[in-house]
Amino acid sequence: MSKILVIAEHLGDKLNSSTARAVSAAAAVKPDTIDVLVLSDAPDAIAAEAAKIDGVSRVLTVARPENVHALAAVLAPQIAKAAAGYSHVFVPSTTFGKDVAPRVAALLGVAQVSDVMSVEAAHSFKRPIYAGNAIITVEADANHTVVATIRSASWAAAGNAASSAPIEALAIDNVTLPTHTRFVELKQGSSDRPDLQSAGKVVSGGRGVGSKENFEIIYKFADRIGAAVGASRAAVDAGYVPSEMQVGQTGKIIAPELYMAIGISGAIQHLTGIKDAGTIVAINKDGEAPIFEIADIGLVGDLFKLIPELEQALG
Amino acid sequence: MKILVGYKRVVDYNVRIQVKPDGTGVVTDGVKLSANPFDDIALEEALRLREKGVATEVVVVGIGPADLTAHLRNGLAMGANRAIHVVTADAVQPLTAARVFLKLIEKEQPGLVVLGKQAIDDDANQTGQMLAALWDRPQATFASKVEITDGKATVTREVDAGLEVIEAELPAVITTDLRLNEPRFIKLPDIMKAKSKPIDSIELGSLGVEAHDHLKTTHYAAPAKRSKGVMVKDAAELVAALKQKGLL
Ligand SMILES: Cc1cc2nc3c(=O)[nH]c(=O)nc-3n(C[C@H](O)[C@H](O)[C@H](O)COP(=O)(O)OP(=O)(O)OC[C@H]3O[C@@H](n4cnc5c(N)ncnc54)[C@H](O)[C@@H]3O)c2cc1C
Ligand SMILES: Nc1ncnc2c1ncn2[C@@H]1O[C@H](COP(=O)(O)O)[C@@H](O)[C@H]1O
Repeated sequence: MSKILVIAEHLGDKLNSSTARAVSAAAAVKPDTIDVLVLSDAPDAIAAEAAKIDGVSRVLTVARPENVHALAAVLAPQIAKAAAGYSHVFVPSTTFGKDVAPRVAALLGVAQVSDVMSVEAAHSFKRPIYAGNAIITVEADANHTVVATIRSASWAAAGNAASSAPIEALAIDNVTLPTHTRFVELKQGSSDRPDLQSAGKVVSGGRGVGSKENFEIIYKFADRIGAAVGASRAAVDAGYVPSEMQVGQTGKIIAPELYMAIGISGAIQHLTGIKDAGTIVAINKDGEAPIFEIADIGLVGDLFKLIPELEQALG
Repeated sequence: MKILVGYKRVVDYNVRIQVKPDGTGVVTDGVKLSANPFDDIALEEALRLREKGVATEVVVVGIGPADLTAHLRNGLAMGANRAIHVVTADAVQPLTAARVFLKLIEKEQPGLVVLGKQAIDDDANQTGQMLAALWDRPQATFASKVEITDGKATVTREVDAGLEVIEAELPAVITTDLRLNEPRFIKLPDIMKAKSKPIDSIELGSLGVEAHDHLKTTHYAAPAKRSKGVMVKDAAELVAALKQKGLL
């Protein structure tokens, strides 16, 4: 029978919603148990949050000063040890999970299933390849631990349980943690806007916005409707916005209820990031732009004229 | 210092991939093949490190079928000193690729291995991390800036929260993100020069790598299509449509 270990993602003492999404994927396997592993220097607050997720059997914590920053080289040996006895190890497919999970898989000597979109059976999964232009069904070897990353946009976050799961400290002995990799700093864009990866609404700007200064109009409109702000690669490359705002194959894959692409042409690498959005709105001055092929609602025109008009129409 | 660079050949990123109607694969006959974009970036970074005097030799590595040599010649024309071709008729999965790289590392003793963060065919994003684990060395994935000083790499990484800077003692594995650099174009004289650069061919079977694939792909499908949308004529109509859907 299946026993699943879900690796919690957190930044500081805040649990990332990608964890509850990975728990949803774990639940789809219909396992006997779903345990969540929290690795941190101070796991208590994170563990308490994780314990509330519906479907979680136990939360296991490893408190070590070395775990203060999520360095894959440091975390992977601990996760590989903790994985003993589990049939599956699920990790969110975020930059955190993409960094650490393959390192765990290699330590266990097993393959990894990247970006699980759906669970067909305990050892059968669907995942995208070629920037989402093909979806494959992969069968993992039932004699080995399945290490998989979970594509957050494909899974709704598991809700809160009626009562909290028990929290237990896990002793991981006999692992020497490497010191060859050291954290220096995290340069974080400070923003009060909703988080791009979990927001219900996202407004994205592309090269058509034209400059960093012009991007203010996107921010202003997003704030007006309570949306997170994203961007195309071209907008990031041109320096209009920081890299963490990139949406697409090599940026963030998101599934908001509403996605508004403004001044974005709709290259496949961008569309990969938004295919699971509820409603896609495109605003582009070029009526032939490929974005209109997948948009649910399209509006042709100049964004600098249309955005103020939209704000006005909002009343 | 020697740098090994992963140089995978993939379907060109501009090709619109079609799934075969019988679900047995994607159509690759006659489609354009190119270097994985992230691997061109990896090679460019290695060449720049050589030009700065940090590295002395850049070796491109390709694991693939016999006709991969033309592709490796492109890497040589871009500026690599030599190439290693690990010959196998079958596509290798990331764990096998990592094991192959480890064997080459034992022989070549590089100070740095630079791979792409992902191959745009399988989109696995695994090989560099797996290699670093098997090698028991640091990994600096999704790099957008690399500085090498005093036996260590200071790498800026593109992560979801922003930009993370880490320090990794060499030897180490770095995987590249798109904004690390812009690869140079190959010039005609360089193509001529590349013809005399060496390509070592090694049969995958002779490396002693356990080439057992744990994952089997049983079916290929086209992604679900989104249904055709509507066009609205002005801002007021758009707002009305979104309000009606309860989105505003
Ligand atoms: C390996 C690889 C990975 C990639 N990953 C990503 C990724 O993750 N995310 C991503 O986005 N891209 C990615 N790309 C890049 C992608 O191919 C496109 O180049 C990029 O998405 C284009 O961005 P854009 O639509 O903003 O720019 P453009 O294609 O230049 O489009 C700009 C659009 O703005 C419109 N416009 C201009 N002015 C106005 C105006 N005043 N009002 C209204 N509309 C206007 C134009 O009509 C045009 O359609 C990747 C590419 C590669 C090779
Ligand atoms: N067959 C291969 N030949 C050369 N390099 C490879 C091969 N497979 C993977 N790599 C390297 O590993 C990186 C990541 O690949 P992947 O883990 O498959 O997404 C690629 O960008 C290459 O640098």
